[in-house]
Amino acid sequence: MDLQTLTYIVVGASFALYIGIAFWSKARSTGEFYVAGKHVHPVANGMATAADWMSAASFISLAGLIAFLGYDGSVYLMGWTGGYVLLALLLAPYLRKFGKFTVPEFIGDRYVSQTARVVAVICLLVISFTYVAGQMRGVGIVFSRFLGVDITVGLVIGMAIVFFYAVLGGMKGITYTQVAQYCVLIFAYTVPAVFISLQVTDTLVPQIAFGSTVIDGGGFLLGKLDQIVTDLGFTAYTSGTKSTIDIFFITLALMIGTAGLPHVIVRFFTVPRVRDARISAGYALFFIALLYTTAPAVGALARLNLTETIQTGPVGSANGNLAYEERPEWFRTWEATGLLTFDDKNGDGHIQYYNDTNMEFTPTADSYGWQGNELGVDRDIIVLAMPEIARLPNWVVALVAAGGIAAALSTAAGLLLVISASVSHDLLKSTFVRDISQKRELLAGRISAAVAILLAGYLGYNPPGFVAQVVALAFGLAAASLFPAILLGIFSYRVNKQGAIAGMLTGLGFTVGYIVYFKGVFIEPFAENIAANWLFGISPEGIGAVGAVLNFHVAMIVSALTPAPPVEVKKLVERIRVPG
Amino acid sequence: MNKRTYWQDNLRLVALCLAIWFMVSFGCGILLLDFLNQFEIAGFKLGFWFAQQGSIYVFVVLIFFYAWRMSIIDKRHHVEED
Repeated sequence: MDLQTLTYIVVGASFALYIGIAFWSKARSTGEFYVAGKHVHPVANGMATAADWMSAASFISLAGLIAFLGYDGSVYLMGWTGGYVLLALLLAPYLRKFGKFTVPEFIGDRYVSQTARVVAVICLLVISFTYVAGQMRGVGIVFSRFLGVDITVGLVIGMAIVFFYAVLGGMKGITYTQVAQYCVLIFAYTVPAVFISLQVTDTLVPQIAFGSTVIDGGGFLLGKLDQIVTDLGFTAYTSGTKSTIDIFFITLALMIGTAGLPHVIVRFFTVPRVRDARISAGYALFFIALLYTTAPAVGALARLNLTETIQTGPVGSANGNLAYEERPEWFRTWEATGLLTFDDKNGDGHIQYYNDTNMEFTPTADSYGWQGNELGVDRDIIVLAMPEIARLPNWVVALVAAGGIAAALSTAAGLLLVISASVSHDLLKSTFVRDISQKRELLAGRISAAVAILLAGYLGYNPPGFVAQVVALAFGLAAASLFPAILLGIFSYRVNKQGAIAGMLTGLGFTVGYIVYFKGVFIEPFAENIAANWLFGISPEGIGAVGAVLNFHVAMIVSALTPAPPVEVKKLVERIRVPG
Repeated sequence: MNKRTYWQDNLRLVALCLAIWFMVSFGCGILLLDFLNQFEIAGFKLGFWFAQQGSIYVFVVLIFFYAWRMSIIDKRHHVEED
């Protein structure tokens, strides 16, 4: 059977599964729509959280990102997993005990302030829309690349599927489809990874292959990789180019940001008990770690594989580089998509792949007769082309397509749900129409989910130029605004509404300001985005951590200067600190 | 039960876990990177291993450890759920 047909069957089957689940788990009350009736088993919630969290970017781009960044890529690995420790120890159990529906609701109740609640809603909307636009784009790209349909058609199909189960099933429908999506995506990720580690190191488990010796001699994988990439003028794979302080702050910002993301936090509202919330975070991280410890292994294996495919002999020798005419089949396939490009700068008919931005390496390259790097590699190719590079059967390629779509859809659905919940519950019910009936609130939730999908689809179809720039913004905002406000709300009796609002606004303003200053969202940047200009050498990606620190200090100082919160706040805090 | 001692037991456990969390990631994976990279174990430079593998394994174990210890503290203070 040809690849196209097979891909249609596999992806179609996965869609049938998601829609079937949506029918089976239709939400009948607001409690089921917002928090799945709080009946979700901790293991199921762990899987759903993992799918919720791992986006198209984790599935498609993470391994490639690490393959080309080497050690510097560690910020994503530690940052996007370490946040779960903060979530499990500092937020999830207490918010579950609080026992209501949304994150802004907690902030509004704890600080007895509608203003604080609205500020939290604004943060939530900015974070979630930034994120969801990228997901819808991811859905469109996967569709167009694997199913050969137009990117717009792909986007519309993706919107229709999410519309169906998010609007119909609410949190209940999303939870169980996310469980299915996790299974699809982790299977699709692991199968090619196992094959590629068998081929390169004869080891079954990628995490072990990462530290094994390679089949064709030449010692350990990482040692060989360090050697070959430095011979080609790149930085050694196991050491990075970023400064230690920048690595430190980016990792911290990603960790705090992860713990502060509303669509992740709200998943822990769905389990039956406080202790389920604690253990469920463990399961979530376990399921995430399956992919996050495989990705760096895949990155290293694929980088070596790719480099050796091009550099067939000793570096600098006359026939050491692959002749363009002899390029393998997968090379031709991916050239057609534009993800691989070749430009024969020195006209020798061979492909030279090296670091031509390294000035110290230029004389060496000149002596080889190389006149610039000739190979353009898109990082996404590492995962997308892996099955073909490893010469795996077509059903594996089809599976990778289904996995990429599952990752994008599950994250998009989770985000759309928190958006609709905060519009119908935090804005509509508590601010504008207080006496709304449950039935009408449910309808309002469904309508706002539908509107959010249309808006997200529009953003995915017509992405504002800054989408790529604002990934840092989503994490920075979550770190600098929501996380400190929630944390202080649990661990301090004294922080009051003035402190919380001042803190959130300071963290928000500082972080947004810093990112706009260097990256220029909507406007031109004010200064060049280079280390020499940064505050303490911290890049915009890491500035959310500084924003969070500012938020904590401002909140505590302002609270100390203003009256203590009312007595019922102390009772609320005492109640959420104790499980039973 | 005594709410104050329950909360202090919880805080002590959280502090211990966060110290470990900080040590494996920010400590071994970032600040002590160059020092630990002198040692090579089974094909991995040690600092690099902590940054790309070890810290994640420790994070997973740490959350289960916290959940387990907390369930003991809950029982000791008679605040466990049904």
